[in-house]
Amino acid sequence: MSDSGSVLRKTALNATHRALKAKMVDFGGWDMPVEYSGLIAEHMAVRTGVGLFDVSHMGDIQLRGPGSLDAVQKLLMNDASKLQVGQAHYSAMLTPEGTFVDDVVLHKLSDNDYLIVINAGTREKDVQWVRKTIGMMPSIHINDYSDMYTQLAIQGPKAIDVLRKLTDVDLDSIKNYWFTWGKVCGLYNVLVARTGYTGEDGFEIYVPSDEATSTRVWNEVLEAGKEFGILPCGLGARNTLRLESAMALYGHEISDTINVFEAGLGRYCKLEKEADFVGKQALLAVQAAGGPKRKLVGLEMVDRGIARDGYPVFTLDGKEVGVVTSGSPSPFLKKNIALAYVPVELSAVDTELAVQVRSAMVKSKVVPLPFYKKPKKTT
Amino acid sequence: MAYPTEYRYTKEHEWIAADGRIGITDYAQSTLGDIVFVELPAVGAELNAGQSFGTVESVKAVSDLYSPVNGKVLEVNEALNSAPESVNADANGTWMIKAEFDASQLENLLTAEAYEKFVSEETGH
Repeated sequence: MSDSGSVLRKTALNATHRALKAKMVDFGGWDMPVEYSGLIAEHMAVRTGVGLFDVSHMGDIQLRGPGSLDAVQKLLMNDASKLQVGQAHYSAMLTPEGTFVDDVVLHKLSDNDYLIVINAGTREKDVQWVRKTIGMMPSIHINDYSDMYTQLAIQGPKAIDVLRKLTDVDLDSIKNYWFTWGKVCGLYNVLVARTGYTGEDGFEIYVPSDEATSTRVWNEVLEAGKEFGILPCGLGARNTLRLESAMALYGHEISDTINVFEAGLGRYCKLEKEADFVGKQALLAVQAAGGPKRKLVGLEMVDRGIARDGYPVFTLDGKEVGVVTSGSPSPFLKKNIALAYVPVELSAVDTELAVQVRSAMVKSKVVPLPFYKKPKKTT
Repeated sequence: MAYPTEYRYTKEHEWIAADGRIGITDYAQSTLGDIVFVELPAVGAELNAGQSFGTVESVKAVSDLYSPVNGKVLEVNEALNSAPESVNADANGTWMIKAEFDASQLENLLTAEAYEKFVSEETGH
């Protein structure tokens, strides 16, 4: 973590990012590219073409061995028994209060063999949480493989065309949130997943994290993507892309003070599954009490002004009722949008609310989520 | 990056011309990234050296605009309402406000050379 010292962690592609003249920032203790050619251009490349992200700061925990399914069922809120080999789903580790330790993507590698992809800023905490929650189960191996992989996200409607040039994997047969292994850039047994954090079609690939291999694969993807106008993309565009798609970001929409129902993630939380997963009892109690009191909503600014993270939300008659968790101009929609927590009774679409932008009260209205949905394929 | 020698500069990355035009430096626009919003004062508003007279927002950040001088707002560049990105395209040529001010104050501000040195020390390259 960044607070333990001033030395930032680097991915294997750090020198590559610097050579590309990326602007670098401290993100959860990692020295990461925030933008290369420009945030808006990068954002639009992903929406209309293809972009390449280094997301190696994400962590990877593998749970393997007899009893792993039971362990995963206790650890995570979604129902892992529904996953087939080669399938992944969104899930989360919860506190006993039903709030978030972290959100994750769970991959079923084979029976009793799971890969949990976790957030960068919460890596150590997550690994400890997994060990503590699962406890002493000698049959289960818990391995932190975070530093062994360079994770690249190739995202956008043309992502498939780029990756097709570099692999023998039949990409068309991989459905959304499924994955397989195959040869990529001459490397064998590369995990290729149809996942991402942009609201767009795309793939994430996991290659060995040595600098030479990572750099070679990065450059080959950029080269293969040239004809499709590929751009290297930073965390700036990653954030605006996920915001348009209303995907949660840990520390913003979800945290250890926000529960699953407040965050609107109940559809990934299977209270009906048999396992008594951490957080289940608290959430049953919330449900029994009539549901959450506050709710995550989408706001679109009606008047001129940009809502930002942490700005307070008011009723039009001046009563403070909530807070913005993420706010930004939307490069694709060309509107100013925000996610905010407000009381349930003020969460209906078209409800007018004001966001305090410095000294001004700026009018906004509740809009349906997500702000952006990728167009249906027309083939 | 180029800093015109006929301008004077602040450590908060504004430039001011002898005719009172005030803008932000090329370094400032590059650091901010894609600029999407500029909030400026009304004509006639008072300007105090070192104090905020408006804000400039990129997609990812908000930044205050600091007045290089004491004075008054003579004119506001309304074109920035519809084309804030012109600050990225040409920071030196895109003024935000025009100030009425006592020109002797320019002596207190950084020359192009001093500003460039300040920026290179601040960024370490």
